[in-house]
Amino acid sequence: MVIKYLLEKEWKQFFRHKFMPKLVVIFPLMIMVFMPWATTLDIRDINTVVVDHDVTETSRQFTRTINASSYFLLQDVVAGYDEAIDMMEFGDADLILEIPAGFEDEYAQTGAANILVAINTVNTTKGVLGRAYIQMLAAQLPPAVEDSAAPALVPKMEMLVKNMYNPLLDYKYTMIPGLMVVVIVLLCGFMPAANVVEEKELGTIEQINVTPVSKFSFILAKLIPYWLIGLLAITLCFLLAWLIYGLTPAGSLWTIYFFTVLFILTMSGLGLVISNKSSTMQQATFVMFFFVMIFLMMCGLFTPVRSMPDWAQSIAAFTPTKYMVDVMRNVYLKGSSLADLQTEMIALSIMAVLLNVWAILSYRKSS
Amino acid sequence: MNAVTVENITKRYGDTVALNGVSFEVGTGELFGIIGPDGAGKTSLFRIIATLILADSGTANILGFDVVQDYKELRKRIGYMPGRFSLYQDLTVEENLSFFASVFGTTPEENYHLVEGIYKFLEPFKKRRAGKLSGGMKQKLALCCALIHKPDILYLDEPTTGVDPVSRKEFWEMLKQLQQEGITIIVSTPYMDEANLCDRIALIKEGRFMQIDTPQRIREGYSAPLWVVQTDRMHRLLGDVRAFGGVEYGYAFGEAHHFIAGEGFDPEGLKTYLRGLGHGNIVLHRGEATIEDCYMLLAKQ
Repeated sequence: MVIKYLLEKEWKQFFRHKFMPKLVVIFPLMIMVFMPWATTLDIRDINTVVVDHDVTETSRQFTRTINASSYFLLQDVVAGYDEAIDMMEFGDADLILEIPAGFEDEYAQTGAANILVAINTVNTTKGVLGRAYIQMLAAQLPPAVEDSAAPALVPKMEMLVKNMYNPLLDYKYTMIPGLMVVVIVLLCGFMPAANVVEEKELGTIEQINVTPVSKFSFILAKLIPYWLIGLLAITLCFLLAWLIYGLTPAGSLWTIYFFTVLFILTMSGLGLVISNKSSTMQQATFVMFFFVMIFLMMCGLFTPVRSMPDWAQSIAAFTPTKYMVDVMRNVYLKGSSLADLQTEMIALSIMAVLLNVWAILSYRKSS
Repeated sequence: MNAVTVENITKRYGDTVALNGVSFEVGTGELFGIIGPDGAGKTSLFRIIATLILADSGTANILGFDVVQDYKELRKRIGYMPGRFSLYQDLTVEENLSFFASVFGTTPEENYHLVEGIYKFLEPFKKRRAGKLSGGMKQKLALCCALIHKPDILYLDEPTTGVDPVSRKEFWEMLKQLQQEGITIIVSTPYMDEANLCDRIALIKEGRFMQIDTPQRIREGYSAPLWVVQTDRMHRLLGDVRAFGGVEYGYAFGEAHHFIAGEGFDPEGLKTYLRGLGHGNIVLHRGEATIEDCYMLLAKQ
């Protein structure tokens, strides 16, 4: 079998490379160890300045509550709003909390009082979440009149929220399964993209082209190593997620492997198509980079696809990463099985078949 | 039977005409040379008969197989050594050889006798990566790899370009040995002196074959009056000779200059004229045409 010799050659070449084999370990390690912390959308330590015009026990208690929470970092308590604005202008504060004079009295008498909150929304997420956290803390403020004999007449509505599938609302758990997809994209997308074009640049493809090796065997021998590398890398990711974050899939590991194989096929197929169509390494890497950027930005890994405009959602529907990120999160956190993920399975299968057929057809032995 | 029959091959790249109606035949077991400068179309011709690119028009039949229809059968029987070193630089000498043997469904041992004479030079370096070999060694390895499946026909595209004179000589000796094995060889070279080592040669210029014949007959067919001139002021000589009446054209040739004399050329007059211009040690005599002179003459016509 010719394919055996071709594979043997690919294998030898891969391991003789100075950096490539190390990359298979370094990539998952870097991405699993550092990225979950870096990509988290949890907002902590918002720099806060309090303008207290009231200076009463209640206003001080509220300030203490704010300071005690991990969301806010009390920078200073100042006397005037202008001073606070200056701090925001200089970047020392992102949130101003102004407690008006008579705050305690009003709160004691009516059970409600106003405070003013000004938030720096240059970073929108920080602004929105900061507001939500303040509201949460304000709601927890105990009634001012403790000895009130009469119970509040206003019926109070309370929300009981149960966080499904990620009970601690830990953002890392949302990111980790998605980041595993990034590992596959980088390893199984870029490496095949660089491969055929390298043979073109070195001229070795000439020598192969005059042999009776069929294009099917040639391309297959290029693909198989990346399938193995991808599976190895994802296994490493599973291990790291378990060891570092204690995260194990709620669903079956086999479901994930099944989809990983489909996804690797898709990405490596795309890589080879690009490689076949390019004549230089720069060209191949830049084109691949273009696709990878779109795949990662639009796949819902960082921002939910559903909150994108309709046209962007239709573009996202053509990115294999969107389906794979969905699969990973659903299997990991929700415990979805193959039967629940049929749309994803069909979409990825179609892409995998199309891209690989294209990869074989676009490799031309003679022009 | 002819090993190669090429008829009227034309190949264009955009507006550039690489091959313009090339036809030739090569007999079985013949050592056929294609002689011409860079850019004359040699590589395009090889790529067409090696089934790597398609000609725009014309037909090529190699070993009884059409290059377009029967390319699959043909690829099993061709040995091709491209002008550029194109083996796997990150595989060792040994690994390259066995890889190329195995893709043709054979082993290095099976046809070892064919490459033995060449491979013995490489034997001490068989564990070395191909990329780390010297130029001459790379050439030998490339030849081994092109031969290891015992091809019936061997294409060598400028095999000696960039190789030192000693290795060049060795290389041609190897080719002669391979010819003894019955392998038909087509070799291209920009070196005119190598032309004499071929059975027959084709002189190619700008995508056209100007003449196809044995080197000897090509030399004998040289009709123009060729003169050789040498003085102690060589760098000025060519311009001075060209300016002399009755000299049609001249060109540098190794240590001397060659020129073609027209009607009414006076050798003694030239000597006097050169002496007058300050040249000393003047040597002037009739020359015997080499392939290069033939090429220059044909190229002028």
